[in-house]
Amino acid sequence: MEDVAIIGASMTQFGQRDAWIRELLAEAGQACLDDASVAADAVEHLYVSNMASGEFEGQTGVPNALAHDLQAVPAYTARIDQTSSSGGAGIYAAWQSVASGASDMTLLVGGEKMTHKTTAEATDVIASLTHPCEYKHGLTLPSFAGLTARLYLDTYDAPRESLGRVAVKNHKNGVDNPHAQFRKEVDLDTVLDSPIVADPLRLYDFCPITDGSAALMFCPVSVAEEHADEYIRVSGIGGATDTHVVHERADPTTMRGVVASSEQAYEMANLSPDDVDVAELHDMFTILEFLQFEDLGFAEKGEGWKAVEEGRTERDGELPINTSGGLKSKGHPLGASGVAQAYEIVQQLRGEAGKRQVEADVGLACNVGGFGNCVTTAILEEVDA
Amino acid sequence: MSDDATLDEDAVGTAGDDAPAFEAARYPDGSITYPAHPVGPGGEAPVGTVDLSEHTAEVITWTTSTATPPGVREPNHVAVVEFDVDGEPVRAIGQATTGDIDIGDEVEPVYCEKLRDPEAGIRHPDSQEWDGFRFRPVE
Repeated sequence: MEDVAIIGASMTQFGQRDAWIRELLAEAGQACLDDASVAADAVEHLYVSNMASGEFEGQTGVPNALAHDLQAVPAYTARIDQTSSSGGAGIYAAWQSVASGASDMTLLVGGEKMTHKTTAEATDVIASLTHPCEYKHGLTLPSFAGLTARLYLDTYDAPRESLGRVAVKNHKNGVDNPHAQFRKEVDLDTVLDSPIVADPLRLYDFCPITDGSAALMFCPVSVAEEHADEYIRVSGIGGATDTHVVHERADPTTMRGVVASSEQAYEMANLSPDDVDVAELHDMFTILEFLQFEDLGFAEKGEGWKAVEEGRTERDGELPINTSGGLKSKGHPLGASGVAQAYEIVQQLRGEAGKRQVEADVGLACNVGGFGNCVTTAILEEVDA
Repeated sequence: MSDDATLDEDAVGTAGDDAPAFEAARYPDGSITYPAHPVGPGGEAPVGTVDLSEHTAEVITWTTSTATPPGVREPNHVAVVEFDVDGEPVRAIGQATTGDIDIGDEVEPVYCEKLRDPEAGIRHPDSQEWDGFRFRPVE
């Protein structure tokens, strides 16, 4: 099996964009080709992470469209849909394509166009991933977050304010991310006084609806050694699922997909949670940052909220979480988010994160689809060629 | 939100002879799931059903959603509950008749002919059933 490197990375401006899905994908794809100094005709595999371009704007067949728009024909193409973790699943697919020897140059582009829909319409598109027994009751991803947050706070005697501090932290980090949708700090009172969306969670506990795209270029380490002075190595990767029907989980505050996928990634990388210097977690809702922090092994069950309260996950803390601003501040264009998480880790490991820069040799990205239904975890390390 | 009267809380009633069963599946290893699956937690096909409408349940957690998709009542109270069927725990999720509930409360299922407007959402109206059971606090 080939060791896999990342030699290029890009992301577009996240937010409300005039561009539609094809343009968004092409923008990030071309920028990644440029960043990697790779010609389009050298791309052998091209993957597009996207949840719902057909449902959102009536455009299907986006991988082939992108191959043509980038002049990457005749590259093999495939679309990767794993709902909100489509980006992470795309990283997994791209890694597989290179590790298996099937491709020596794989471009992954993740993107979504969402903001032309109303919040209710976009929420319904996302909620279409639910089981019929959930959908008919009007269950949405935000309502699962409300259900879980209430149980977490009650079970672990955590203060409501701790969830608010996740939003405060991630908004603060997003100020220094030029690609972020929101570059504005919020204080705890603003979070706690914002309108209720899914009790006990309020507006600022939720990520926004976003347009955007991000891309990564993968190749064998042997190719990267000749191609660049430094590159990022995919040290570990894992993917796992949990039940489709959320209420059938024995412990709703544990995301077994996070546990299983991270165990795979740690084992492959021969690393432990203590070795991770910086991480991007899927904070679609503030409660998810606690659950992943614990299920990735960064804290004991029920203790994750204390790390936020004590400032340990701040940019200058012992384990900075979501230096990009997270989905909360940066935005969450579904198919792009997992790729953009890795983009932030790549920037941190390259030392190119600007004001967001932290000391990091090992970074982790955890991308969650559904409400923990499907998860990928990737561990990246910087290597001098 | 639809103004269809069947979506209002007044439209619910206690499960009676006319109401369908609140059907969960029982598997050879004794486990019970709602909804039913082709195979259960032990990897075997169901061997029977259980009507959960004949039981009460305990609220595990709940929320009130104030930003609901097309065709869903607003606000939408929903709860995860756990039934005890002869010592076997069975969890279910569904709308609650009120937001005046708490973790640990006892609730009973009440039948509702139409939980959301099938014509308003993204899912095809014929692709699934739209009736079901809400959870009402036991007085």
